[in-house]
Amino acid sequence: MTDHQAARRAPGTPRRPGALPTAILLIGAFYSLIPVAWIVVAATKTNAQLFSTFTFQPGTGLLDNLGDLFSYGEGQFSQWALNSLYYAGVGSLLCTLVSTAAGFAFAKYRFRGRAPLFYLILAGVLLPGMTLAIPQYIIMSEIGMVGTYWSVLLPGLISPFGIYLARVYAEASVPDATIESARIDGASEFRIFTSIGLPMMLPGMVTIFMLQFVGNWNNFLLPFIMLSDEDKYPINLGLYTLLSKGSGEPALYGIAIVGTAVSVIPLILLLLFLQRFWRLDLISGGLKG
Amino acid sequence: MATAATSPQHGTGQRPRRRRRTLAPYVLIAPALLLFAAFMGVPILYALFLSTQGLRIVDEGVFGIRDEVFVGLANYAEILTDGAFWAGFGRLALYGLIAVPLTLGLALLFALLLDHGASRAKRFTRTAIFIPYAIPGVVASLMWGFMYLPSTSPFSHLTRELGLGSIPFLDGGAIYPSLANIAIWGGTGFNMIIIYTSLRGIPAELCDAARIDGCTEWQIAWRIKVPLVAPALVLTGLFALIGTLQVYGEPTMLSSMTTEISQTWVPLMHIYRDGFIRDDLPMAAAGSVFLAVGTLLVSLALLKATQRRAFGGFK
Repeated sequence: MTDHQAARRAPGTPRRPGALPTAILLIGAFYSLIPVAWIVVAATKTNAQLFSTFTFQPGTGLLDNLGDLFSYGEGQFSQWALNSLYYAGVGSLLCTLVSTAAGFAFAKYRFRGRAPLFYLILAGVLLPGMTLAIPQYIIMSEIGMVGTYWSVLLPGLISPFGIYLARVYAEASVPDATIESARIDGASEFRIFTSIGLPMMLPGMVTIFMLQFVGNWNNFLLPFIMLSDEDKYPINLGLYTLLSKGSGEPALYGIAIVGTAVSVIPLILLLLFLQRFWRLDLISGGLKG
Repeated sequence: MATAATSPQHGTGQRPRRRRRTLAPYVLIAPALLLFAAFMGVPILYALFLSTQGLRIVDEGVFGIRDEVFVGLANYAEILTDGAFWAGFGRLALYGLIAVPLTLGLALLFALLLDHGASRAKRFTRTAIFIPYAIPGVVASLMWGFMYLPSTSPFSHLTRELGLGSIPFLDGGAIYPSLANIAIWGGTGFNMIIIYTSLRGIPAELCDAARIDGCTEWQIAWRIKVPLVAPALVLTGLFALIGTLQVYGEPTMLSSMTTEISQTWVPLMHIYRDGFIRDDLPMAAAGSVFLAVGTLLVSLALLKATQRRAFGGFK
């Protein structure tokens, strides 16, 4: 597709003002897509083809590779995929609710301790999540939760940046007058949040969900140190295990490659689907304060 | 209806005024605060405490019994005088010097081009450049790793066909640009979208007026658009910096493909080794605390240097 579009602007055509910018953007698109194209093509190759034929020439081993992948370790790959969905999906959903509630409160109520609590959470934005993984491990091992699903799920529920975004979004999208009139009509504070706050903040919630989903799905160090049972691994960690075993067993390279392709495609589709709903101007828009 | 008479409407008033006391805000923030305390506050405090502990031989008998005792700042002194720890920061700096400016520069370039009236194929290119954001860093490392490995690399395949031999992506100093490339590939699209949404917020009249006054597109981009999106640039720069300081998954993944990456290649890998290979959690805690505090200070310094309040406070 890229080549095709680049070809439309072949040297013969007269110089148009948009030619250079478009060419640069297409180079960027090509650079971004090439590893994805590579992994998809590589997934169709048999192990012998992988190391012998030209890399962008499709092979004949796709079905065998998929079969090997899903039968590896008695279906471990499917288990990893489910685990990832659980850690990232359930974790981000709960995180979005928690962040939205807190953001709504920070934006729409004045209460004792509002400013100091908010600045405390802001400090959390600047704190790198990875450096927290080891302290979190220490706490989890003190309470005997290391190695359980909880040990990976629970730390993924808190996102200071999500709370910050929710506050920015609530301030911009929920008018005080609407809340005030609901209150006059006798709505309880709980109803106000669920019937007015939540629906109005939906686009902001999609944004927070997506950011957190990608963040939790990406997290490597936390499950790496918390989990020792391979059946509880997320997909990331599973692929890493395959690769590190692969140095001794080249057959596992093939499984790691097809596993990567299979794990990447649904994420790309999810991103393409959600990108029309989310509001990234939140992130830059909140900066004008 | 009775309350309507007594409560004045404050039409455009920005701040909600709460006359009656309500527990609602506390109930709403309670889950966030509890989670914040449990998984950020308490771990940090406990790590601070643990970093002052150390395993020492307390009984000088034949079988010296090791026990955890208070050692003050000894762990900090040890890790901060450890050359390998600092070497990790040196590698991080080299890696960051390649990755951060290129990621932000490319993101800004693509955002400006997307905002440029004459560009074509915008939807396709914007989506394509954004796609790597969906791919986890370690998975990206795996994909690029295979594209670097001489036996599977399409680039080395081409150079071999030309009789030039394989490209040594994973050997010697080349490991820095190779790793930085993974970060640039993964980070450009997201930053581009943030800068692009920010660019679209600039009123069109501003650029039209400049165009009428005879400014070139280049001047408009450089003199008007870039200064106006500076807050977005500061924020993306800040996140890129924080991201760089906590690089872990990418070099760990590549370490199974090359001998160039040692166990202590970056600070977090050093900390991981202390905690989980040497079983010295107090030392790992000291390293984590140092890295976290360092990141916080560098971030604050960056915000101060750019003199912008990236995060709005309360009006």
